[in-house]
Formats: sequence, structure tokens, C-alpha cells
Amino acid sequence: MSDLLSEGFLTSLIAGGLVAAMPLLFASLGELVSEQAGVLNVGLEGYMLFGAYLAFVIAYNTGSEWLGLLAGLVAGAAASLIMIVLCVRMNLDQIVIGIAIILLAEGATSLLHDAQYAESRPSLGNPSELEVPVLKEIPVLGEGLFSQHPTLYIGIALAFVVGWMLRRTSAGLSVRAAGERPEALDAAGVSVAATRAWATLCAGALGGLGGGYLAIVSAGTFTPFITQGAGFIAIVIAMLSRGKGPWTIVGAVLFGMSLSIATALQLIGVEIQTDYVQMLPFIVVIVVLVLFARRSYLPSALALPYVRGER
Amino acid sequence: MKVTSAGELKARAARSGEAAVIAAIPIVLALIANGILLAALGRDPFSFYGDMFERGLIDWDGFQESIIRSAPLLLIAGGLIVAFRANLWNLGIDGQFLLGASLTAGLAPTLLDALGVWPMLVATMAVAAIAGAAWTLIPAILRGRYGVNEIITTLMMSFIGIGFANVLVKGPFKTDVGGVARTDVVPFDERFPLLGDTRIHFGFVIAVAAILAVHVLMTRTSLGLRLRILGANPRAALHAGLRPAGLTVVAFTISGALIGLSGAVEILGVQGSFRADFNPAYGLLVIPLVFLARLNAIGSLVLVIAFAVIQIGGESAARQAEITSDILFLLVGLILVFMAVIEYLRARRGLRMRFVPPEVADRLRAESGAEAGRAERPAIGAGEIGSR
Repeated sequence: MSDLLSEGFLTSLIAGGLVAAMPLLFASLGELVSEQAGVLNVGLEGYMLFGAYLAFVIAYNTGSEWLGLLAGLVAGAAASLIMIVLCVRMNLDQIVIGIAIILLAEGATSLLHDAQYAESRPSLGNPSELEVPVLKEIPVLGEGLFSQHPTLYIGIALAFVVGWMLRRTSAGLSVRAAGERPEALDAAGVSVAATRAWATLCAGALGGLGGGYLAIVSAGTFTPFITQGAGFIAIVIAMLSRGKGPWTIVGAVLFGMSLSIATALQLIGVEIQTDYVQMLPFIVVIVVLVLFARRSYLPSALALPYVRGER
Repeated sequence: MKVTSAGELKARAARSGEAAVIAAIPIVLALIANGILLAALGRDPFSFYGDMFERGLIDWDGFQESIIRSAPLLLIAGGLIVAFRANLWNLGIDGQFLLGASLTAGLAPTLLDALGVWPMLVATMAVAAIAGAAWTLIPAILRGRYGVNEIITTLMMSFIGIGFANVLVKGPFKTDVGGVARTDVVPFDERFPLLGDTRIHFGFVIAVAAILAVHVLMTRTSLGLRLRILGANPRAALHAGLRPAGLTVVAFTISGALIGLSGAVEILGVQGSFRADFNPAYGLLVIPLVFLARLNAIGSLVLVIAFAVIQIGGESAARQAEITSDILFLLVGLILVFMAVIEYLRARRGLRMRFVPPEVADRLRAESGAEAGRAERPAIGAGEIGSR
């Protein structure tokens, strides 16, 4: 069992865990903003799929992974326009439309992939790594933290920025009001629809970016259904973060590590079924909920359309 | 038997006719949009749809396959209707389904040796239903007592359920035969009996009976009424002396039991054994159908069979056209979007007054012509199962 604390194992666990955590971090951050504004994006998985597909296509054709990531962001944002038009503008049911977005994304990306790349199955080269000179040499942590794709630092910084904006700026106050008491926001003269639209766009863009990361950095290619439920995990992380940005990092890393621990264990020759490990974080969360859930902590107007004048 | 006047019957027929037309429009629009897409991809949409209906509906073998496919979907639809009518989002379908399926597949061979065919069928179905119901218990209690959002908890329980099903299949239930981890195969003759000369298995009968039972439960019993009140307005339910926490558990239990049972039906009717990582992901496909049927059990019976025809026929047509059958996801997604937009337009036109008798609606419309045009609360979800 002493192998469990060996350097190779821990290095691989941290490095792999962070790579698996990044798509979850981006997506759950976007979802966090949008949930605070009262919009539940069940279709997050769909934004990620569209993002992953377009990011891969652009990165493959231009050779630039940054253009690819940007394309992922744009694709996700474009997909969230469906949500904005149908749910924020037309006040249709958010869960039904969210499911529709997932199905559209699954069908469309699989179809396009099949038509373009089914024969060739191309893949991208290894993603670039930003190596921080001295820090990289730190044993165990060094390789995991300081030899990663640069988006790692962007993602962590973003979590703090989003947290700060939600708590300390007037835009953040509007967002939270749109989710908690939309009628108060309306009375204060701020458009609920516009606030929710921007927040949803945020979820789309960040979800798409997370998908792009998944395709370009984690997998190096696009395969149909590449997200494998990551969007739903991100929704869970966002809900558990209770509107606090930095908590998404904790959630994403926890779930990311549980996704990658099986690979790390194989390095030291321990064969463990991945199913056990992947269930673990969910079991922990459920136990925590059972023990401590004495109140609901979601925005009170979450997933409810706002119609002026209705009680 | 209640005496119904001819007028009432006619009105009822007109209403279901209207509902049928409204359910058909989004399907037709989605088929057209999908056809344009097919043409854009260089496939002939007419031959695609021709193949689809030929294989899924007209061809006797294909039609039987469609009916077989519809059995688990019908049970899931029944389970969802009970939960959604009570305004409870049971989104943990895949976990409940797979748990039911893996327990059935794992226990069936042993029970078969010990008890014989029929007791084995009954026992495994009971186990699957209990497992599915048990899996909803934590979300139900958390929702009923503490108001914890059930979307997140059912989703998490679903992930745990999928993992647990695989742990069972790769561990205690694993067959000694090599290859991919799976359970022992239940011999074909010892699964559900077939109906007459067909290949349709008895599970279809169970599914139809279940969906009819759901219909009776929701429309003709006091429990159904209480669940609908809970769904329409939990606060009103409390004031009416109902116990929302208890009703939440009841709704979730019925919902989970039916979905768990669908897992048993899939194994005992079609698969015969559970392969590791088996997950047909029926959940996301059935939810749209249930909404399209306006949470009406009879309506979803028709729509689920229609969908099974599209799915079975579509898979074959996609092979013919050398295109991935994932195009069907796109088709269902389009149906949902068109359905939502049509609901929106109907709500705007004030046609939503279908809840009032026609004469009254006419009078109201004439009096408040201007007001009827104003955007009202949309009908999908909100109109059917009330707002939260």
C-alpha cells in the first residue's frame, strides 16, 4: 500500500485530475452564473458538444489550438442562443428545451463528424504546455501544476473573478436578483430578460470552451458523445457551489480526480474498477446532502419564467 | 356507469382530435426540417422516409420489432407521467433502468434453476421494481422534507445507479464464460413467452397494462387527484390538508418502480443478459414524448409506438443511406423545439382556453379580445403540471 503515496502515482493523479477537471470547471462556472440568474441550463452538455466539435474542426484546419478554443467558445455561445430565445424571451420550459438542445447537439455533431471524418479519424498533435521554469521542478506537485496547458491558469483565475463579480459588483447583484427576486429587479428598472440572457450566454460560452478543452487538450480529437455526461456533472458542481465561484474549483478537481484516479492506479499496478471510483464523489455528495441538507440553497426563481405582474 | 350525453361525447372527441392534430404538427415539421437536412447531405429524403416507414411500420418483421422496442419505453413513459404530473422532475431514469436491468439479469439464471420460469419472471420483475423505487427514495425524502431540488439529486443517484449496475455485473453477477464482462444468458425459451405466432413478447402486454393503469390512477382515483393538486400548487395542497412530503415519496416510488420494471422487461424480453457498460439511454428520448403527449398516458401510448416505428425504421433507413443513425437524436430534438414554439404561439393566440368549455371560451374571447393577445404563461410544463 505504500505505493499509494509514491511520487509517480501522486504526480499522475494530480496532472490527470486537473486535465479532467478543466472542462468541468469552465462549464460549471458558466452554469453557476446562469443559475444565479434563474436559468437552469440542462442543455449544458449540448453546449459542450457543439463547442468540442467546432473547436476540433477549427484547430485541425488552422493548426492553432487557441483559435480552436475560441471557436468552441463561440459555438457554445451560439447554441445558448436557442435557450435565450425560447426560454428567456418566450418563457418556455427550461428543462424541456435543455433536453432538446442536448439531443440536437448529439445528433448534429455525430452526423457532421460522420460525414467529414468517419474515414480519416484525424487527431491533433500534443497540446502545448506552459512550463514554469523553477516551479516545475517541485516534486509531485510540479508536473501537475506547472506543466499544464495555459488555460489551467485562466480557468482558476476566472473562478475567482466570477466569484468576485457575483458578490461585489452591481452586475453581479443584478444577476443574483434575477434569480432570487426577479420582480424586485424589474421594479428597480433593470431588465430581467436582458440580465438572464447575458447570464445564459455566459453559460453557453464557458460550456463551449470546456467542450473545446475536452476535444483539443484532453482527447486531442473529437468523437461523437465525447462529453459522456460531463455537462450533467458540471450542473451538479454548479448547484453545490452555492453561488460561490471558487467552490467550483474544489468541485471540479474532486470530480476530475475521481475520473482520472483509475489511470493513476494502473501506473502502480493496482487494478481497480473505474465504476467504484467514479461513483464515489456522487456518493459523498449525496451523504453530505442527507446529513446537512436542512434547507434549499438554490435561487428561489430557478427555472421559473418571469412574467411581469404575475404573482 | 356514468351517463354521458351525446354533446359531451362529441366535445370530448373534438378535444382529443384537436390534441392529436397539435401533437402531429411538430412531428411533421421536424420530419420536413430533417428531410431538408438530408437533402443538404446529399441523401434523398423521400427514399429515406420511404425506407423508414417500410421497415418500421409496413414490413411485418420490422413492425414487430417496433412493438418490442416500445415495451420498455412505455413503462418509462408511465413512470415519468406520474412524477411529472406531481411536478417532480425524475431525471434519474437511466440509473433506475439499469439497476432494474442488471439485477434482473444477475438474479434470473439462479432463480430459474431454483424456482422455474414463471416464479423467476415474477420475482425478477418485483426485484427490479423495488430497486427502481428504492433508488428514488433519497431524492424523494430530501425533496419532500427539506425542499432539496430533485433534479440534482435524481441526476446524482442516476450516476451512482449506472456505476452500481456495472459493479454488480463485473463482480458478483459476472459469468464464468470469458470475453466481455456480462451476466449468464437466460435461455431464449425461458424468457417472456411470445404472443401467438409473433415475436412480440409478453412484456409488451405488461407495458400496455401499466400505462393504462397509470391513466386510471391519474384521472380516476383520489390518489391521482392528490398528486395532480400537489403538482399544480404545493401550497394549495398543504391548505387542502394533503401531506406534500408523503405524496412526494408516493409519486417517486411509483415512478421509480415502473422505470425499474422497464429494465426487467428489456432483459427478459430482448437482451437475455446484461453486458458491462450497456446503456441505451432511453431517458432523454422518452421525456420529449411524454411532454408531446401533454402528460396524458393514452396519448403517450400512441406517441411511444410511433416513436419506436421511427427509431427502428430510422436505424434501418440510416444504414441504407449510409449515414449515422444518430440523426434520430436530431429528429427528436427538432420535434421538441417545434412543439415548444407551437405551444408558445397557441398561448399567444389565446387558444389555451381549451380548459374552459367552448361556449364560455367564445364569450370570454369576445369580451377580452385585446387581452387574449397578451403573452400569457406558456403551456409546456407550466400549463400541464403547474408551476413550482
